[in-house]
Amino acid sequence: MTEVTLVQAINRALRTAMAADSEVLLLGEDIGVNGGVFRATEGLLKEFGADRVVDTPLSETGIIGSAVGMALYGLKPVAEIQFLDFIYPGFDQIVSELSKFRYRSGGQYPCHVVIRSPYGGGIRGGLYHSQSTEAYFAHTAGLKVVVPSTPADAYGLLLSAIFDPDPVIFLEPKRIYRSVTGEVPDGDHREPIGKARIVREGADVSVFAYGAMVPPATEACQSVETEGVSAELIDLRTLVPLDVPAVLASVEKTGRAVIVHEAARFCGYGAELSAILAEKAFYSLRAPVSRVTGFDTPFPYALENVYLPNAARIRQAIVETAKAG
Amino acid sequence: MAQSVAGRVATDASATELASEDLEPIYRTILLARALDERCLTMQRQGRIGFYAPVMGQEAAQVACGWALNPKDWVFPSYRELGLALTRGVTPGELLNQFFGNSSDRLRGRQMPNHYGFRDRNFVVSSSPIGTQIIQAVGAALAARRRNDALVTATFFGDGATSSNDFHAGLNFGGVFRTPTIFFCQNNGWAISFPRSRQTAAKTLADKGAAYGIPGVVVDGNDVHQVFRAVREARARAVSGEGPTLIEAQVYRLGPHSTSDDPRRYRTESEVAEWKQRDSIERLKHELIDAGRWSEAQDAELLEEVRAEVATAVNRAEAVAPTDPLTILDDVFASRTPELEEQRRQLEEMLRMGLVKP
Repeated sequence: MTEVTLVQAINRALRTAMAADSEVLLLGEDIGVNGGVFRATEGLLKEFGADRVVDTPLSETGIIGSAVGMALYGLKPVAEIQFLDFIYPGFDQIVSELSKFRYRSGGQYPCHVVIRSPYGGGIRGGLYHSQSTEAYFAHTAGLKVVVPSTPADAYGLLLSAIFDPDPVIFLEPKRIYRSVTGEVPDGDHREPIGKARIVREGADVSVFAYGAMVPPATEACQSVETEGVSAELIDLRTLVPLDVPAVLASVEKTGRAVIVHEAARFCGYGAELSAILAEKAFYSLRAPVSRVTGFDTPFPYALENVYLPNAARIRQAIVETAKAG
Repeated sequence: MAQSVAGRVATDASATELASEDLEPIYRTILLARALDERCLTMQRQGRIGFYAPVMGQEAAQVACGWALNPKDWVFPSYRELGLALTRGVTPGELLNQFFGNSSDRLRGRQMPNHYGFRDRNFVVSSSPIGTQIIQAVGAALAARRRNDALVTATFFGDGATSSNDFHAGLNFGGVFRTPTIFFCQNNGWAISFPRSRQTAAKTLADKGAAYGIPGVVVDGNDVHQVFRAVREARARAVSGEGPTLIEAQVYRLGPHSTSDDPRRYRTESEVAEWKQRDSIERLKHELIDAGRWSEAQDAELLEEVRAEVATAVNRAEAVAPTDPLTILDDVFASRTPELEEQRRQLEEMLRMGLVKP
């Protein structure tokens, strides 16, 4: 076990996977000599060479499209998109190609590409370095969507993603790349995709969060103790496939739910969670489901702290939900 | 009993010139493609298949190109590559199973007609968005090189695709990484209603290669010798590490873009008539006759033979059972998620209650 930051855990997972399997290779912009703009691929060019840490021309279509071709051939490419905000030129390759290859070929062509990308706000990144657009990918059949919030999960889930038979969109909460540290195991230790994690147990309200919203949600859950509210926090970790049994088990216990994400509210991931609770836990619910989310606006620069859910807003929602009904 | 020539490749694996003994099987493959194409257009009008995108006018370019490739080469086609598919060993019956979307379709009925793929023939399954396969072919070439597999990837697209993002990304990446890739553009004159003259201000589509540091070659796509030579030269460059080549095969789409298209809205009958004069079938037939290798009587016999082969294949494919509706939930992922399992149970119930019918 070693104490590392989240971005260091990513780096270690990439190194572990590349050392274990010579068919794992990385491609993206500035990932080689520069080690990635967030240093996620630091040192890997030197260790594995330019054939396996491939600096590409500036083209998301090119990065993702060529990764698709590599995966069709049988390699295990891990593509880095520098910011999730820049992924759209490659969106056609993701939605029309990557997600559909297995299906459209009747199972003849699996296409196991991992696309890693830093997402989310809180770094003074404005409109185009802050977005949290996981819902686009979660809505597209054929993609798995993973969002870690701790170094250990980042390590174990990225290893699982790289060796998964299906395409995985791996979203990295860049706001907490360096602000959270934790121990990660040595070697090929994998966390299963599709399993939520109970961050803390509670009896009165279930709080669902993922990625960079887990730290403020944790703070909020701790602070409501002074109000006599026992909050349970679930880190979803995997948005597709969702751990529905874990979600339902928690709400069947507490009867109350607060959903937190930094993405815009309308048709955000919380809408699906809320619908699942309405369909499958209706008779357990003792209060309306509450969502704490970004506003239905583009992501603002100067007012990003107004836009982003924080511990105070989450705390308020937990208290109100605990008292409602 | 009619014999398919599907799967034939050139007699000589490395010659740059087409061998004279290959002309007859090439001619037969082109005739078979034409016969199948005509039959499918008819079947779509009869409502027996849902859609069809004819290849008429482009068969020679495709067959000659396929003849010049090696079976181990990977092809990344568009949805208009019937002639190419026949050279990869795909049979009319396999294609028809896909057109009917029946239970023998390798794609399990998932795609519109023409969007077929056969992994064991290194024929990647196509999609409808234009040009997406171009950059994928470059990625597969990088993967092949990584594994030290001595092969090329060849990708097929039309004049319209040369305006797409993925053409740009593909040629740029191919040039930068010097991948063993053949970019085979069939300039058929029309991107649905939009003429080649307005697709780009470049003089030729092959000219576009220069900006990416890639040689561009223009060939008469109705001349099997020119096409074969260009592809063989491009293949030799690719396998020797000299990088990709852009080939522009000038052809003409004699039919509609698809069965949903009426080309009379945007082009003249005289233009079509002019290109019919250059059709590969008459040219090849006369070349064979002039060389003393063929006769009108043999020609009539061959035409009957390929039509009979198509008719037999149609009868067989049409008799195959339809696709099992429960397969709709397979192949989204390697295994069904709990949500897909739940939806499968719901579908079973809906079928049992008669709420849905295939």
